[in-house]
Amino acid sequence: MNTQWEILVVDDEEVNRESMAAWLREDGYFVDSAASGREALEKTQAKEYAIYFVDLKMPKGIDGIETMMEIKKIYPDASVVIITAYATVDTAISAMKEGAIEYIVKPCNPQEISLLVGRIIKVKNLERENTMLRKKLLGQYQFQDIISKNAKMMEIFQLVKEISSMRSTVLIQGESGTGKELVARAIHYSGDRADKPFIAVSCSALAETLLESELFGHEKGTFTGAISQKPGKFEMADGGTILLDEIGDISPKLQMDLLRVLQEKKIYRVGGSEEITLDVRVVAATHVNLEDAVRQGRFREDLFYRLNVINIHIPPLRERMEDIPLLARIFVERLSHELGKPITGISEGGLKKMMDYGWPGNVRELENAVERAMVTCREHVLTENDFQFLNGAKKDAQEWEIPQSMTLEELERQAIVTTLRRCNGNIKETALKLGMDRSTLYDRIKKFNIPR
Amino acid sequence: MQSIKLVPVLPVSIDLLRSLCAPLEAEYRLPVRVDAAHAFDSECAFDVSRGQCNSSVVLAELLRLFPGHDGKLLAITSVDLFIPVLTFVFGEAQLNDLAAVASGCRLREEFYGMASDEGLFRERVLKEAVHELGHTFGLLHCRDFNCVMHSSTSVDEVDIKGAHLCAQCAAAVPGRRL
Repeated sequence: MNTQWEILVVDDEEVNRESMAAWLREDGYFVDSAASGREALEKTQAKEYAIYFVDLKMPKGIDGIETMMEIKKIYPDASVVIITAYATVDTAISAMKEGAIEYIVKPCNPQEISLLVGRIIKVKNLERENTMLRKKLLGQYQFQDIISKNAKMMEIFQLVKEISSMRSTVLIQGESGTGKELVARAIHYSGDRADKPFIAVSCSALAETLLESELFGHEKGTFTGAISQKPGKFEMADGGTILLDEIGDISPKLQMDLLRVLQEKKIYRVGGSEEITLDVRVVAATHVNLEDAVRQGRFREDLFYRLNVINIHIPPLRERMEDIPLLARIFVERLSHELGKPITGISEGGLKKMMDYGWPGNVRELENAVERAMVTCREHVLTENDFQFLNGAKKDAQEWEIPQSMTLEELERQAIVTTLRRCNGNIKETALKLGMDRSTLYDRIKKFNIPR
Repeated sequence: MQSIKLVPVLPVSIDLLRSLCAPLEAEYRLPVRVDAAHAFDSECAFDVSRGQCNSSVVLAELLRLFPGHDGKLLAITSVDLFIPVLTFVFGEAQLNDLAAVASGCRLREEFYGMASDEGLFRERVLKEAVHELGHTFGLLHCRDFNCVMHSSTSVDEVDIKGAHLCAQCAAAVPGRRL
């Protein structure tokens, strides 16, 4: 039975159209027919067919090749078979050039058509299976809007699930572009506050006084321009979650106010004396190292502990290189629709170029890089040439810091592990990149007990 | 009561049609009769440019001759059949409807330059008759190689498949008594 596949037969002669449709129906295909190119396009707008059998010569309106080109505008991967009674080399060439999957001369041998349909449907089945498996695979790597197959990120997904319905404050740390807001949203939308508001405030975007009134609201006439009473973001987030982004940038006074809100779960509007009790879950995010800021006296220690009840540290993209191909492909898929460019993927060379880059701007930079490459790309696949702009600069310019209290031995181990991963476990290539003998590399792998 | 009528489309041997009655009755559990009185000439469906008969025209003629027939109609002929888009067909049927036609032309060994084999020819005609009637009962092509409803576009494929409906196809024939 082939009932899940639909075929469209386009022919201006009814007897041709109907006999062909009837013949295909006996195979179990759902067959639609259209008497003109225009009718075919109307039907194609409504649904996608697995195969389009299109007669080349249709005297009224658009001919077979034009019909095919219009169908291909709607579905670039459509399988169109051009049928003609008057075969010429020229028409065959032009049909194939415009993307026909096959060109057949009628009357044709039934076995030939049967094999042709079988061949196309086989490919369609494989394509459908492939899409389904990719979706399934992506589902495994997707949590809310975050996509990753990195072990640390998986742990974060698990943690987010566990804490989503708690009221505890969460501190999300990570470099800019790693997706701190996405994690905050995931916490909110996977918990029992999902149907309540999620309010995000960027603390670095506003001056101190403005931020204060933005967060807590103000009473009428408190300051010039305060023409009416205005509720703050905390009030707007009542029952839900507030994300205080770039919390490391707030002034000492606001740190004090925030501490009081977290302790008492109450706020006062700026210029007001009325106490407002709130039920708001606070999620704070920052790209700066708050422990360092506390040590340097720039951030209140008591506020840090209040915020740091649950800590989530999002690893930078360079520590989860395995996500680069996955994320890049998803961005290509999404952007090809948005930009209206039929780009289907990234070449091996393009991916290698991406893997060799340091991504200081993390996932956001990766997304921008893919978009930039797609805008200038003239082929159907992004190649290393489209990523020329990634050459060197940023990776070298970024100051590399040795993680605190790391021994030379740990450093060596880390270098070997990372390079091995980049070289897909190829010893020869790894040794070459690290500038050591293969025997020395084997020695170190054994010594540090590095899994391969 | 429903019945299956076998209609000769001349030229064809009436005896061949008669030989189909018993096995078709056994397959579909319905009375099968040859209606020689309504035999008609294939001339009406003949296409001069192709030198073959248009099977869709044969079906139309069949329906014209038997308006409101309660049961199935199967025309049998010895002339070669075609539908416009294909070089030939062994037969054509109205899916889940009234009429079907089958041709013995390409089922003869002589058509392929071989020595005549009447037994094999009759076996093939029976397979095609069961097959086309199966379509009128709403059956589609079956994946089972042993089932007579398996699709066949060459005589070799007709020979490979079995002569009967598989259990699943048999069960799908509406009103077929066990």
